[in-house]
Order: sequence, then C-alpha cells, then structure tokens
Amino acid sequence: MTVETVWVLAEVNDGAPISTSLELLTQARSLATTVEAVTYGDVTAEVAGTLGDYGATTVRNVGDLGGALPGVPVASAMAAAVTAGNGPDAVLFPATYDGRDVAARLSAKLDRPVLTNVVDLVEAEGGLASKHAIFGGSQVLTARFVDEGPALFVVRAKSFPAEPSGGGPAAVESLPVGQLGSSNAARIVDRHVEERSGPKLDEAAVVVSGGRGLGDADQYPLIEELARLLKGAAGASRAIVDAGWVPYSHQVGQTGKTVKPTVYLACGISGATQHLVGMKNSKNIVAVNKDQDAPIFSVADLGIVGDVHKVLPALIEGLKAKG
Amino acid sequence: MNVVVCVKQIPDPAAPPALDPGTKNLVREGKLILDDSDSYGVEMALQLADAAGGGEVTLVSMAPGGETSGLRTALAMGAAKAILVSDDVLAGTDALGTAKVLAAAVRRAEPDLVLAATESTDGYTGTTPVQMAELLGLPSITFAKKVEIEGSSVKVQRQTESGYDEVESPLPAVVTVTAGVVEPRYPSFKGIMATKSKSVETLTVADLGIETDQVGAAGSRQQVTEVADAEARTAGEIVVDEGDGAQRIIAFLEQLKVV
Ligand SMILES: Cc1cc2nc3c(=O)[nH]c(=O)nc-3n(C[C@H](O)[C@H](O)[C@H](O)COP(=O)(O)OP(=O)(O)OC[C@H]3O[C@@H](n4cnc5c(N)ncnc54)[C@H](O)[C@@H]3O)c2cc1C
Ligand SMILES: Nc1ncnc2c1ncn2[C@@H]1O[C@H](COP(=O)(O)O)[C@@H](O)[C@H]1O
Repeated sequence: MTVETVWVLAEVNDGAPISTSLELLTQARSLATTVEAVTYGDVTAEVAGTLGDYGATTVRNVGDLGGALPGVPVASAMAAAVTAGNGPDAVLFPATYDGRDVAARLSAKLDRPVLTNVVDLVEAEGGLASKHAIFGGSQVLTARFVDEGPALFVVRAKSFPAEPSGGGPAAVESLPVGQLGSSNAARIVDRHVEERSGPKLDEAAVVVSGGRGLGDADQYPLIEELARLLKGAAGASRAIVDAGWVPYSHQVGQTGKTVKPTVYLACGISGATQHLVGMKNSKNIVAVNKDQDAPIFSVADLGIVGDVHKVLPALIEGLKAKG
Repeated sequence: MNVVVCVKQIPDPAAPPALDPGTKNLVREGKLILDDSDSYGVEMALQLADAAGGGEVTLVSMAPGGETSGLRTALAMGAAKAILVSDDVLAGTDALGTAKVLAAAVRRAEPDLVLAATESTDGYTGTTPVQMAELLGLPSITFAKKVEIEGSSVKVQRQTESGYDEVESPLPAVVTVTAGVVEPRYPSFKGIMATKSKSVETLTVADLGIETDQVGAAGSRQQVTEVADAEARTAGEIVVDEGDGAQRIIAFLEQLKVV
C-alpha cells in the first residue's frame, strides 16, 4: 500500500465516538498502513477502546478546548503537526457541523484544497481518489488531488459500514495546539438538548418522513404516530423544517441527516435531489404522493399514488388492528 | 453596524444541470440568479443593521461575466452597495480559491460582521465561509439559526446534532445562517427603482492583489478523473390508491418482516 498514514477526526458525542467517525476508521483500515484518530476533550478509556477496536492505533488528543468551537484549535493542532513534518497523507473528516469547520480551517491554514461531500474513497495511482454523488445521486464523479500534501476529505455519513477490527485500545498521545490568535474567540456559553424519544433518526430501522404534502403542521403527529407504531423515527423534508413545523434535527437530506434504514416511508414528499441524497440508499423505499409524476417514485420500491390524509390514517388503523 | 453579506449568483436551480464534457465543471450559461440560500443572509443583515440603528449592508459576490442580476435582487431588498469580483481567470476556481477572492474583497469593506449561507445551492461545499474567516483571521460560527448583536459581540444559536448551542463571539466575525432563520422580504417597487442609483464596484483578481495561480482551475489542485452513471435502483411497483393503499403498504412491511 502506498498511503502510509491516514488521520480520522473522531468526534465524541455523549461519551462515545460518533458512528460516522467509526465508518471512516473502518474504511481507512483498507486504505492505509497506519490509521490514527484525532480528537479533543476528555479521552476516556472507553473512547480509546472503541477507537482502537475500529482500527486506530493511536488517538492524538488536542485536549480541552475551554469552551471554544473545535474549528480553530483542532485545525491549529493538525496544522502544527503537518508543518513539523509529522502529518499524515490524508485526513478524513465526518461531514458534521464541526467536522466541516475543522476541515475548512485546516484547508486555509495549510493552503490545501479540500474535497467535500465524499461518498466513497478508493486507492488511485498511489494516492486516494474520492467519489461524489451528483445530480441527486444519478451520477458519480471521481476526483483526486494533483499535488503533494495531506489530502483533505469531508465524507458523508453512511458512506461505509462501521466494522470493528478487534484491535486493542488505542494509545493516547497529545496533539498540542499551536498559536491560536484572535480567530479562536468564539465560545459556547450554553447547550440546549432537545427531548427525544424512540430510536435516533440516523440509526432507526424504520424512518417515516413527512413533507409539505401533509398540508399543515398539525398533520405531522400522524407521521410521529406511524413512526412509533413501526418502532422507527420520524423525519422530515427541509420544506417543513424551514416552515417551522418540526425541528431541524428531523431533516433528512443534503443539509440534514443521511439515513439508510430497512424501510423509508416518504409521505407527501416530492423527492427533490437534495432530499434524495439523504435517503436514496435506504434498503426499501415506500412513497405516498398524490402526484404520480413526483420524482420520489423514481426511487420507490412501492409507490402509492394517493392522498396522505386518507392513506396515513388507514395505515395507522391497520397497524393498530394488527396489534 | 456595517455588515457584509457574501451572495452567490448561480444558474437557475430549476434548469436541468449539466457538466461540461471537457472540463467537467458545471455549465454556467445564461443569466444567473441570487442563490435562494443567500437571501436569508441578506434579510438577516438588513434586520441587524436596522436593529443597531444604522450602518450599511454591503454585498460581496464572485461571478463570471460581470453578472449583476442576483446582486440587483439583493440591492432591491435593501442592501446599500455591492462589490463584484469578475475575471476570466477565475473559471474553475474551487472553494479555497473562492475564499481567497472573497476574503480580499471583504477586507476592503471593513465590516463589523460578515454573513454567508451554510452552503450554496449549486456548490454546497459549505467550507467557503470558514476558509474565508481563517484567511481574514476572524472567528466563525456556522449553522446559525438565530443571530443577535449585543454591543461589540454577536450571540448565535448554533444548530447541533441534538439541539442547539448558544455561542458568543466578539466582532468582527463570520457567521453562516441556515435557511429559515428569517423570512426574506420581497423587493418592493421602490426598492427595485432604487437599485439604479446603487453602486456595484467591479474588480478583477489583479485589483485585489491576488496571484492568478492561486485561483482558477490550476489553483484548485484537484482533478475530476471520471463521471459515471450511478447504479440505478430497479423500478418499483407504483399503484394508484383505490382505498387499498394502506393494506398494500402493510403487506409490503409484512413481507420485509418489519411488522
Ligand atoms: C442548498 C439546499 C439544500 C437542501 N437540503 C435539503 C435537505 O437536506 N432535505 C430536504 O428535504 N430538502 C432540501 N432542500 C430542499 C429541496 O430542494 C426541496 O425544496 C424540499 O425537499 C421539498 O420538500 P417537500 O418534498 O416536502 O415539498 P414539495 O416539493 O412542495 O412537495 C410536496 C409534495 O407533496 C405532494 N402532495 C401534496 N398534497 C398531497 C396530499 N394530500 N397527499 C399526498 N401527497 C401530496 C405533492 O404532489 C408534492 O410532490 C435543499 C435545497 C437547497 C437549495
Ligand atoms: N462565488 C461566491 N460569491 C459570493 N459568495 C459565495 C460564493 N461562493 C460561496 N459563497 C458564500 O459561501 C456560502 C457557502 O458556499 P459553498 O462553500 O459553495 O457551499 C454561499 O452560500 C455564499 O454565502
């Protein structure tokens, strides 16, 4: 293998590495000789254990950020290592709020371009090439960097399976930050966590999503009830998130969550390309839409041309009757 | 309170997109329009300048062919003036190159706050504003769903996986806003008439003192090697609901052993 070292930004949430970081570690194992994780905050034995299990030999920890957003300090630490000649051949970032910030900061600090919206990574001519789904996923573009330096990739969730390697806990080393300066002035002063019940949207086996076709915010509880009956999670198109019917955390698509459930049920959703990229890889797709030409039907395994106000209540009754 | 808003002018997203078979860049022909995603930033800037009791909203855009259609829309909403960077050498510029150009243009306006969208409709890298912030040496807060100015700092509700964080930063700073953060106003007739007297300063890459090898296709140091059709999903069964739609869905779920 020609790619020596790959770093993966390991974001930790609720005391555990996020699944996208584990997906990236899994893929990195097949691409590089050495896989290391970069993280920040408190690295517990449990976190080091999980990161090791998914393939990281070392966790390089930037340490406590003192309430700063991760972008500046984490990128500074990575940049300092690269400048000192201890950098990797490539860095993989999860396409999360913070992952994108760190990648962008590092890109500008190193004067290195970054490839975003990556859905696959392969070896090519001694380096790495990335694949990007374009035009709503109907075409796949392959890109690569043409010069030296760490290759920076921001990778979408669920691009790879997360599979443990059975490796032992990763060794924890510190990754000191360099000069920070005034760009590191933003501080998190408070955190608000929305109440959630049932499985997480991006982990649920069944996702039931509603769109503008529901007609009104007070119809959304139909989606929630259906999701509950199917032990799944309730999702949404951006149209109804922007309209304020449901919180942003429900959004499926390019700017929202990427989901890959066993069944995705799209209700009153047209199937705009930005929605499709977030759910197109679901194992089975069921769509209910009154317009038989709606693009969502092009990806549906079962499409019902009908009115959500009739089909959904009947579906809820039918499922309840089954018990 | 002087606010700069980065606004991208893009091909109409409703028109079918295409790649140039030679360069593999997005084909950008015909009139460009204001990216819808940036109309939220423009509205937010106008409201913040208003609330601060004064100051100007300046637009900054990089676009080919001296394009001003999208800028006119934002000027008609109420922005005071615009800086447009347009230069043939910019063809094929990537996000980092764009950030270099925008940073240089923004610097001229000496803003208290710079707004952009979390991501553009046609490029959607979502990295440009933060790369620009780094080049300007400014703090940045992305994914803002609420923005307030308090004295010399900005207070933002920033979207997170599980809710939102309250984040504060001294000004000047770069903030990216999500769609739906405010309701963009429609340009009034008066606003449209007023754009005629508003200035659009058009600059080249040389005017900004940027070396041409920093931008354009060469500056992007990346290459598209292949474009292929994605594996198509096999066509499913599409049926018109005759009162049996719900039962069909249940049968489908049973067959998958989901119920
Ligand atoms: C930069 C960018 C990022 C974006 N990111 C996302 C994203 O992450 N996620 C996302 O979802 N969108 C995203 N979008 C928006 C996307 O382009 C669409 O606007 C959005 O997905 C449309 O939502 P919708 O399908 O609910 O609404 P519409 O497109 O309005 O569709 C409503 C559908 O409901 C059907 N309908 C109406 N009444 C009924 C009825 N009674 N019964 C059954 N069907 C009915 C209609 O036939 C129609 O097909 C993004 C856009 C941009 C520009
Ligand atoms: N050419 C441009 N001119 C002005 N602003 C831009 C340009 N490109 C990107 N931006 C700003 O940066 C945001 C994110 O763009 P992108 O990185 O393409 O997703 C856009 O929504 C704009 O606010």
